[in-house]
Amino acid sequence: MDIPIYAFLLIPIIAAVLQILGLRHPSYQRIISLISTGLIAVLGCLLVVQVKHNGPIILDVGAWKAPLGIQLQADMLSALMLAITGVVTFCSALHGMAEIPTRDERKGYQIIYQFLLLGVCGSFLTNDLFNLYVWFEVMLLSSFVLLAIGGKKAQIEGSVKYVSLNIVSSFIFLLGIAVVYTTLGTLNFSDIAYRIAHQMGSEAGIRLAAVFLLIAFGVKAGLFPLYAWLPSSYHTPRHTVSAIFAGLLTKVGVYALIRTFAVGFEAQHHFFAPILWWGSLATMVMGVLGAASQFHTRRILSFHIISQIGYMIFGLALGTAGAIAAAIFYIIHHILVKTNLFFAAAAIDRIGGGEDLKRAGGLFRTAPWLVVLFLISALSLGGIPPFSGFWAKLALIREMVNGHAWAAAVIALLVGLLTLYSMTKIWSEAFWKDRPGNAQPARPISAAHVIPMILLAGGTILLSLNPTFLFELADIAAQQLFHPISTP
Amino acid sequence: METILILLIGFLFSCGFYLVLRRSFLRMLVGVLFFGQAANLALLVLPGIGGGISPIVKAGATLPPEGYADPLPQALILTAIVIGFGVIAFVTVLLKKAHHDLQTDDLDELTHTDREEPRA
Repeated sequence: MDIPIYAFLLIPIIAAVLQILGLRHPSYQRIISLISTGLIAVLGCLLVVQVKHNGPIILDVGAWKAPLGIQLQADMLSALMLAITGVVTFCSALHGMAEIPTRDERKGYQIIYQFLLLGVCGSFLTNDLFNLYVWFEVMLLSSFVLLAIGGKKAQIEGSVKYVSLNIVSSFIFLLGIAVVYTTLGTLNFSDIAYRIAHQMGSEAGIRLAAVFLLIAFGVKAGLFPLYAWLPSSYHTPRHTVSAIFAGLLTKVGVYALIRTFAVGFEAQHHFFAPILWWGSLATMVMGVLGAASQFHTRRILSFHIISQIGYMIFGLALGTAGAIAAAIFYIIHHILVKTNLFFAAAAIDRIGGGEDLKRAGGLFRTAPWLVVLFLISALSLGGIPPFSGFWAKLALIREMVNGHAWAAAVIALLVGLLTLYSMTKIWSEAFWKDRPGNAQPARPISAAHVIPMILLAGGTILLSLNPTFLFELADIAAQQLFHPISTP
Repeated sequence: METILILLIGFLFSCGFYLVLRRSFLRMLVGVLFFGQAANLALLVLPGIGGGISPIVKAGATLPPEGYADPLPQALILTAIVIGFGVIAFVTVLLKKAHHDLQTDDLDELTHTDREEPRA
């Protein structure tokens, strides 16, 4: 049975409309959220199976033909990202049932959450550069609102920093689109790849467009030196919102970088590869050094997002199909692990004595379940076998060695060591040491906090014990990237 | 004509850059506005301003008359203006709330989320 890919866009819109109609009934809104995200998760997995057997799916919206019409496409990369989006947003919707107070929901939290889901799904499905801009803006504006819902001073301050940098990057994206259209005459990704490969645009124009798009997507992804907004804002909102931002939003930026530079500008690889190379190495190092200096759980984890993004973008910088497949595996592994770590940070905040690690402690005795769930994710992030992080790092470092990138491999391994250091810092402060006297009092924790962690930890364990299936899918995705769907 | 517009785009971008880097909330907001206008104008000018002939196919012909103005950038600009409008509206209210809650108009004072011990 063919899955209609517009379903991924219809489901969040219908869910949002139903939730607007039920604005005064938070429990009804929550159920709709769960149904909507669960449907996206199930459909995403079915889409992966379908694309694996039948190849990419293309939809010309309104039957207007590409390259002038907007085209939606679902190749393996999009399908994988949609599946993981569904899983992670479902777990966050579960977590939000316990963490988000009803006064936030009366202000429209669940509705904006559906719009965020819409923007993310749209970004993954589109094959048109300007359409990508539109979906980016939907996602961005929803994230602005979710960051600020709650109204605490730290949130407003974080919002100002997040919003200002991201708005400027949006306008730079527009500029990049203008230069792409001027040079190449088209905005369809496959058509861009075709025209660049056939030398149909001026080289200066193509490189200028590549630089603008690199800056715009670099801000979104968290590339050095454009990541400053991330550690200033990701630790301020509600824990569920932090988790979904950390797991999803930066990866949309990485996806956009892969889609643009591995598909569109692939023929110009020799130009932007050094920029991505050194940029991603600096990102890895700066992120982990930033994490090593913090004593606040969510700030440590926010800096780690930056550091791991460096790994993913290095896979893109290497440029071979194997490296991009390793990067795709890394993305999926990291989304699962990062979201789970933010859920663990929420639990540490509730029962461990607050987010300040100097004032937290004693969780090893009081919450052994949290010990297990945290360790699965933390060891996976650090790259300890047999967890998924080990396979992801191994694949990437093998590609680095194959590409004779010795310095990069050494840096990646050292950064992995420092990542492990920050994880052991959280461990020894929040779990191992005794609870200090000035710890914040414990707040009740419910099943809705724990079940998403169990689900995501289960996903990590599945991935750790059987990484081959995801490697196969990532290989298919990388191969399809290098052979984009041809336009009529 | 195109030269003047290109110079205008450069001027708007430089005003926007200068204002975005200022300390006051309001000046940053106006800088963002300038940025938006400059980006939209760039979308108009860069693909080339046509001869002013509207892209409507005359009766009996299959293509618009030679030298028609390209309608696609105009559609892009419309979308970008609308999106920018929504974003600016949100930013205005956010800055107003920030000014009210944080009791400051100085962006350099917004360091609490960056410090080692952020307040709750």
